[in-house]
Amino acid sequence: MRIWTGLRNEGRQFWRSKSLFFLSLPALIIVFVFYYLPMFGIVIAFKDINYAKGIWGSDWVGLDNFKFFFQSQDAMRITRNTLLLNGMFIVIGTFVSVIIGLLMAELGRRWVRIFQTVLFFPYFLSWVVVGFITYILLNPTYGVINKALEWMNLIPVDWYSNPDYWPVILTLTYLWKNVGYTAIIFFTGLIAIDPTYFEAASIDGATRFQQIRKISIPLIAPLITLLVMLNIGRIFYSDFGLFYFIPRDAGMLYSTTDVVDTYVFRALRVTGDIGMASAASLYQAIVGLVLVFSTNLIVRKFNKENALF
Amino acid sequence: MRKSNIETAGNQPWIIVVFIILSLLIIFPLLYVISVSVSSDADIARYGYKLIPQNFSFQAYDYIFRTPKGLLQSYLITIIVTTAGTTLSLLLTSSIAYVMTRKDYRYSRLTTFFVFFTLLFNAGLVPSYIVATNVLHIQDTLWALILPYGVSAWFTMLMKGFMDGLPFEIIESAKIDGAGEWGIFARIILPLTKPALATIGLFYALAYWNDWWLAMLYIQNENLVPLQYYLQRIMTNIEFLTKNMQAGINVDMSAIPAESSRMAIAILAAGPMMFAFPFFQKYLIKGLTVGSIKG
Repeated sequence: MRIWTGLRNEGRQFWRSKSLFFLSLPALIIVFVFYYLPMFGIVIAFKDINYAKGIWGSDWVGLDNFKFFFQSQDAMRITRNTLLLNGMFIVIGTFVSVIIGLLMAELGRRWVRIFQTVLFFPYFLSWVVVGFITYILLNPTYGVINKALEWMNLIPVDWYSNPDYWPVILTLTYLWKNVGYTAIIFFTGLIAIDPTYFEAASIDGATRFQQIRKISIPLIAPLITLLVMLNIGRIFYSDFGLFYFIPRDAGMLYSTTDVVDTYVFRALRVTGDIGMASAASLYQAIVGLVLVFSTNLIVRKFNKENALF
Repeated sequence: MRKSNIETAGNQPWIIVVFIILSLLIIFPLLYVISVSVSSDADIARYGYKLIPQNFSFQAYDYIFRTPKGLLQSYLITIIVTTAGTTLSLLLTSSIAYVMTRKDYRYSRLTTFFVFFTLLFNAGLVPSYIVATNVLHIQDTLWALILPYGVSAWFTMLMKGFMDGLPFEIIESAKIDGAGEWGIFARIILPLTKPALATIGLFYALAYWNDWWLAMLYIQNENLVPLQYYLQRIMTNIEFLTKNMQAGINVDMSAIPAESSRMAIAILAAGPMMFAFPFFQKYLIKGLTVGSIKG
C-alpha cells in the first residue's frame, strides 16, 4: 500500500514537471541509446558470437575470450604500447606546452596574436590530413627526410618498416598537432593572474625569471595538475587517428605502434574476431574506469575544488 | 589586466626567435603539401618531394577537376552532416543542459548524473558497433554519421557551466507573465546563451567536419563517403580517385599523376578550413578557457 501511494505521489510530482522532462527527452534518448544501451552489450565478451543464432542466442563461454586474449602476446604488447606512448605524451606534452605558454606570456599583444594563430592551427587538421604530411616527410623514396639523409651521405631509412623509430615519430607528431592547443590553455591561465603580484615583486627587485618561478608557476600549478590528471584518467584510451593513420596501419610497425584502440578496431572490422575484440574492449573499459576513479581520489586528497566529482 | 603584465615583460628578442622557429616547424610541412601538389610526377621521381618545385605543373588539379564527382560528392556529404549535425547537437545539448541548471526541477541532479556517468564509463567499441548495426540498423545512412555525436557529455557539462551563470529571476518573472517552459527556453534562454552556443557549436562543427571515424565504421556506400574518409582512402589507394568517375571514360591508370594528385586532393579538401580558421579562433579560445577553469 505504501509503495503504491509513494508511486502515485511521484507520478503527480512528475506530471507537474513534465514540460521540463519532455524538453530534455530527445537528448535523454540519444544518451541512452548510444551510451547506456551498449552497456548491456558487454555480455558479448562472455559469449561465442554466432550471427546465425543472434547475440542473445549465442552460447555462453564464460571467460574463454579473456583467456585467449591474455594468453596471446597481443595483450602484453598493446598494454605496454598504450601506457608507454600515452605516458610519454603526457609528460613531454605537458612540459613543452607549459614552457611555450610561459614564453607566450612574455610576448607583446601583437606578437601573441600572430603566434597564437600559427600554433593553434594544426589542432584544426584531422589526423588524416596530418597523415599526408608525415607521409611527405617519411616516404622511403621521395621523402624529405630520406632525401636530406642522402644529401648528407647517410643511409636512408625505410621508416614504414622499422618499428624502432616509431615511439619518437609518434611523440613528435603528437606534439606537432597538440602542443599549441595546450600551450594556449596554460597561456590563458597565465594572463588571468593578478598583475599586482608581478608589480610588487619587481618593486622588491625580483628578476623576471624569479617572478616566473615564484609567481607564475605556483599559480598555474592547479591548472597543470588538473590537465595531467584528466589525461592520466584517460591514459588507457588512445587517439585512434594518430596510431592508425600516421603509421599507415603498417603490420611491420605493430610491435611499437599498436594500442588497445587500434587492436580492437582491427579485430572487429578486419579480422572479424569479435570474441577477442570484445574482450580487449571490456578490458579497456574496466581499466579506464579504475583509472578515472583513482586519479579523482588522488586529486580530491590534495584539492577538493579540482576533483572531477 | 593583461596589459600591465606585458608592460613589465617587454618583448625579448630571443623569445620572438623561439616562436619564429616553432612557427616555421608548423608551416614548412604544410608548404611541402602545397608544393608537391604543383609538381609533376616526373620531377618527384627524379628529385623527390621539394619545397620549391623544379617546374610548376597543375597536371594534378587539371586531372581532378576533369572528374570531380567523387570529391564533390564527399564535400556535399560533409556539408550536410556538419550543418545538420551541429544544429541537432546544439539543440539537444542546450535543452538538456538547461534542464540540469533548473534547481527547481525535480530531476535536475538525476539528469546531470545520467549524462556525467557516460564520461566515467564507456562500454567500448564493440557493443556500440553492435547496437548501431544490429539494433538501430543505421549503417550506410547519414544518421550513422550524425547521431552517435548527437550529445557530447563533455560539451553538455561545458554548456551547463555557462548556463549556471544565468539569473534565475528572469525565468520566474517570465513564468508569472504566463510563459510556458518551452517558450521560456526558446525565447529567453537560447538568446541569452548565444556566445556559448557559438563556441560549443564551433567545437561540434569541427568534430563533424573532421570526422572519418564514423564513416570508417559504418559507411560502405560510395555515395555517402564524407570528405575525411574519402581522403583517407585515396591515401591508401590512389585508385579510389578514379572509382567514382563517369562510366564510359577509359582511364589509363599510368597516366594519373598519383603522387601530386594525392596532395592536390588533400589541399582541396583541407583548404577551405585553412581560410575559415582565423575567424573561428577567437571563439574557440574563449570556450577552451572556460572549459579548463570549470574542469
